Amino acid sequence: MKQIFTHPKSLRKISTHYCPGCGHGIAHRLISEVVDELKIREKVVGVAPVGCAVVAYDYWDFDCCEAAHGRALAVATGIKRSRPDIVVFTYQGDGDLAAIGTNETLHAANRGENLTVIFINNAVYGMTGGQMAPTTLLGQKTATTPLGRDSKLQGYPLRISEILAQLPAVRYIERVALSSPKEVLKARGAIKEAFQNQIDHLGFSLVEILSPCPTYWGLSPKAAMDWIRDVMVKEFPLGRIK
Amino acid sequence: MLKKILMSGNEALAEGAIQAGCSFYAGYPITPQNEIPAYMARRMPEAKGVFIQAESELAAINMVFGASAAGVRAMTSSSSPGISLKQEGISYLAGAQLPCVVVNMMRGGPGLGNIAPAQSDYFQATRGGGHGDYHCIVLAPAYVQEAYDLMFKAFDLADNYWMPVIILGDGCLGQMMEPVLTQNAKRKTKNAKKPWALTGCKDRIPNVVKSFYLREGDLERFNLLLQNKYRQVQQKEQLYEGAFLDDAKIILIAYGTMARVAKSVVDRLRQKGKKIGLIRPISLWPFPKKAFTQYTRRNTQYLVIEMSYGQMLEDVELAVNGKAPVEFLGRSGGGIPTEKEIMDKIKKISG
Repeated sequence: MKQIFTHPKSLRKISTHYCPGCGHGIAHRLISEVVDELKIREKVVGVAPVGCAVVAYDYWDFDCCEAAHGRALAVATGIKRSRPDIVVFTYQGDGDLAAIGTNETLHAANRGENLTVIFINNAVYGMTGGQMAPTTLLGQKTATTPLGRDSKLQGYPLRISEILAQLPAVRYIERVALSSPKEVLKARGAIKEAFQNQIDHLGFSLVEILSPCPTYWGLSPKAAMDWIRDVMVKEFPLGRIK
Repeated sequence: MLKKILMSGNEALAEGAIQAGCSFYAGYPITPQNEIPAYMARRMPEAKGVFIQAESELAAINMVFGASAAGVRAMTSSSSPGISLKQEGISYLAGAQLPCVVVNMMRGGPGLGNIAPAQSDYFQATRGGGHGDYHCIVLAPAYVQEAYDLMFKAFDLADNYWMPVIILGDGCLGQMMEPVLTQNAKRKTKNAKKPWALTGCKDRIPNVVKSFYLREGDLERFNLLLQNKYRQVQQKEQLYEGAFLDDAKIILIAYGTMARVAKSVVDRLRQKGKKIGLIRPISLWPFPKKAFTQYTRRNTQYLVIEMSYGQMLEDVELAVNGKAPVEFLGRSGGGIPTEKEIMDKIKKISG
């Protein structure tokens, strides 16, 4: 009998600390599957962010580096330039990549660093208790926007992927979602392309993943998935951006 | 083969780093250290190393973090305001036990201050500087030749103890030109083991470079390990230069550029038969306490001279521990105590 489904070698067989219905577990698994498929487990280095996924290195079974909040792409640049044969990726949340680390993100992209970026957009700061993120939707209630995000006070959701797509040195940017099995499969394909680009020395690749945070959206896991499909994609349209 | 070259202090630090095997440099422009990144931009490609002009000091120190985690010798350089920005990264490097070299060619502060030479970052350098219970080894060259030579020592210490090493100079040393005897490019420095380096997990279990210890008790255990390392460094790595200490009744203490002025005063007064000496700390952390234990006698008087307002003074007072009077002379914000000011002060304290 042909085995068509198995536990990825690059993912440790332990339970995660993530909340029920959180998207990080799915994203971790997709990366692990791609690392296995591309046979790069022994030459990959993952850079973990500060945020809910700070201990991603407890789950991935390959070399990992922790970065200060927002500095993942500077750390990744240092690793990759020192060891060009290593496949380096960062795994960053919206606060890490698009607020405190915007400068590092923009300039790593503008230099065309040959890196892979997995950007988890769940429109909220999870680890610190559900504060407003740069990607929080207008009207969305968070710990620091108790009446909902107001464009007059807090500006608009930041579409960092669209901003980065304008840079000539950027090779590939795609926005995907974890809202259904079909979208998860598309996400896997995008992650694979972003890693393959690095292996082929094609330059900066970023996959933005719309990911559920039921805890701080105040929704059930199922309703959170529906919210991505029905609400979030209107602000953050899916598909290839560059 | 030894070659004699006329170099500025900044160039000597950069060339010394390359000869010491540094293969990664990231930095951001700031006066008075701009000759270092400019030199690195030209020399690193020749030496098959990496030069990156970073978008900020934050990015530069974190690039160094990444390069160091990958196992290569890495450095950054800046001047006072830029070093303040790097403190976050330096704390993370200390917390992840990563080696690196950080050059601070100090300028006047606080705030934007000015671009004149100063020594007012002594506390920041020797006390850790960022958050958490940590230290960096701090080395202070006084001569261009010493700036070159200390880069070898700095990278060796960083690798041996897996911790950041700061070269603390100032704008005067950085700009000044002096002849330097350079080592042969093939000079080998000790290659310390880096079993934690991120090289891909081929034939070994995966490595993780991190400074995060969330489980109860883990961080305290880790801090005890750091403290144990720092104790070893304090015991083994104290460095200073002494002059005329055997019979000195008045001992001047000064480091870096300030020590050059102090040395002139000592030479001058010795010619007049005055029993005066000099302790020039080369390692500021660990502070060379052993010199004070050895040379404090009955009737010894100390005079600390700084281009700051009594920062190293505190370390001298701790080292002397009340066994002798400790006087102080300092200027800051661009002022450098002159030979005359020092001699007037000596006259005053020796009665």
